[in-house]
Amino acid sequence: MKPSQKAADPAMSVSAVVVSQIQQIAEDDGKTLPPLTDDLVLLDSGLDSLGIAILVARLEETLGVDPFSQSEDVAYPVTLGDFIKCYERTAESHGIDSSEVG
Amino acid sequence: MVSIRARLDNSPEGPRCLLYGPTASVCLADLLSSTSLSASPSELTGRSILIATRDQFAAACALIELDGIARRLILCTPDVPSAYLPAIVEQAAVDAIVSDNDRDGDGLAVALRIRTQPLMMAARAHPHVSTGVHQTEWILLTSGTTGAPKMVVHTFGTLTAAIRTIPQPGSDVVWGTFYDIRRYGGLQAFLRGILGGGSFVLSGAGEPVGAYLARLGAHGATHLSGTPSHWRRVLMSPEARAIAPRYIRLSGEIADQGILNAIRSFYPGADIAHAFASTEAGVGFEVADGLEGFPASLVGASGDVQMTVEADSLRIRSTRNAARYIGEDHTGLANQDGFIDTGDIVERRGDRYYFLGRRKGVINVGGLKVFPEEVEAAINRHPAVRVSIVRPKRSSITGSLVSADVVLDGATDSTGRHDDVKREILQICRDRLAPHKIPATIRFVPELEVAAAGKLARHA
Repeated sequence: MKPSQKAADPAMSVSAVVVSQIQQIAEDDGKTLPPLTDDLVLLDSGLDSLGIAILVARLEETLGVDPFSQSEDVAYPVTLGDFIKCYERTAESHGIDSSEVG
Repeated sequence: MVSIRARLDNSPEGPRCLLYGPTASVCLADLLSSTSLSASPSELTGRSILIATRDQFAAACALIELDGIARRLILCTPDVPSAYLPAIVEQAAVDAIVSDNDRDGDGLAVALRIRTQPLMMAARAHPHVSTGVHQTEWILLTSGTTGAPKMVVHTFGTLTAAIRTIPQPGSDVVWGTFYDIRRYGGLQAFLRGILGGGSFVLSGAGEPVGAYLARLGAHGATHLSGTPSHWRRVLMSPEARAIAPRYIRLSGEIADQGILNAIRSFYPGADIAHAFASTEAGVGFEVADGLEGFPASLVGASGDVQMTVEADSLRIRSTRNAARYIGEDHTGLANQDGFIDTGDIVERRGDRYYFLGRRKGVINVGGLKVFPEEVEAAINRHPAVRVSIVRPKRSSITGSLVSADVVLDGATDSTGRHDDVKREILQICRDRLAPHKIPATIRFVPELEVAAAGKLARHA
């Protein structure tokens, strides 16, 4: 799967893409977000597991990877920092520069 | 007469067990010798009672009290849209409603309104109901094609046929479930817990999973059930370490190897089982070898549960099958041979069967069924939509998500208002559909593939 053209800014880091998608989903749901710091517990970010599923689906469209369907040994992320690391690691292993997507 | 009450009365430990809610707890023995309801048992005997509480704890108390007394108990979860309640009341001949909140303005034509209340306030013995007078029908609601819930009829017998637990004196078993106990999977856990002589920890309405995990840990929960999606959510919670379960049960969705492995490595001390069950067919089987899929030897075997695979679809005949549907417009549950088609597609590879998904395009989002037709009907309300098709999109978090392909009328399509139209469609969906039914992705396409029979091709 190729990264689509949907990333708003081709030079956005993986972390920035994740944060902007979380903000988009929260906006769609009319929710206000707590400060999106690395140690924020993902399930406290205002996203429930359905929201996280939508986030993962949108990130697959944007980044072209889904770190949670890559293997049979998945570690589920607890914090936003863990979550972003999952994407950075998977992006690296797919040859995508994790600091610059696109 | 077989009832929860009769079983608990005959159990060495059962009545001593506790039911824990988020703010209250009750000993089953106290519940059985008093009441949590604002009506006397004689008023409730033989009635068809809608259990419409917000909180599971109030529902659990009412179910234990009323099994064997009511003619029918209809288990209504808070997410059933109120627009469907009049039809439920009519078709199930509801003549009493149990609620934990003010429902005076609900407009339902039911005269007897019963409020749940704290147990100790009005302890009233009901000696004449010690064994029960009715074989109560338990009505579970499950999604239907049109959005109106289908009413599935079970009895104490069909609900408990898969439960072989024998209460052990001095048992320290404490159950909990991430399901709502008013759904089949949750009700199985609940009955397993209380009939097996264990205590039970119920989650509260809107209680965050972290808070529930902390309470499960504080009460020493040993046995826990949920869907694979529930368990993924647990593993994403900082409080996942608050629990140390001995037994973990997954059902309601395909348990893939990823989630089975993740649970095993996180809770190495736990026995892990994944079960196949549906509201209609009941519990089919459970698998405890830690591998996805199920042994092919289960198909065609004789015994309490008989399974066949016809046209790739799993069919089940057993004493755990529901009896029938209530209401019109539903074809029979089972075929002439008594087999229920689960609609779940399986594929044999070697000596094992694996689940591939659902026939008829039914989408399983985290254990909740979504009929594409209902979502399409919502999307098609937008005046610019010519036709739409809704399909499952695989998700590593909730198993599936809802995905829609939409064809717009030519005039709108050429204006490039796509972003606006998408927002408007989503708003219509939000107004009419439960959150798990709202499309996670909407794609605009020039046309849809139509299959030979003239129907939209759901499996493109």
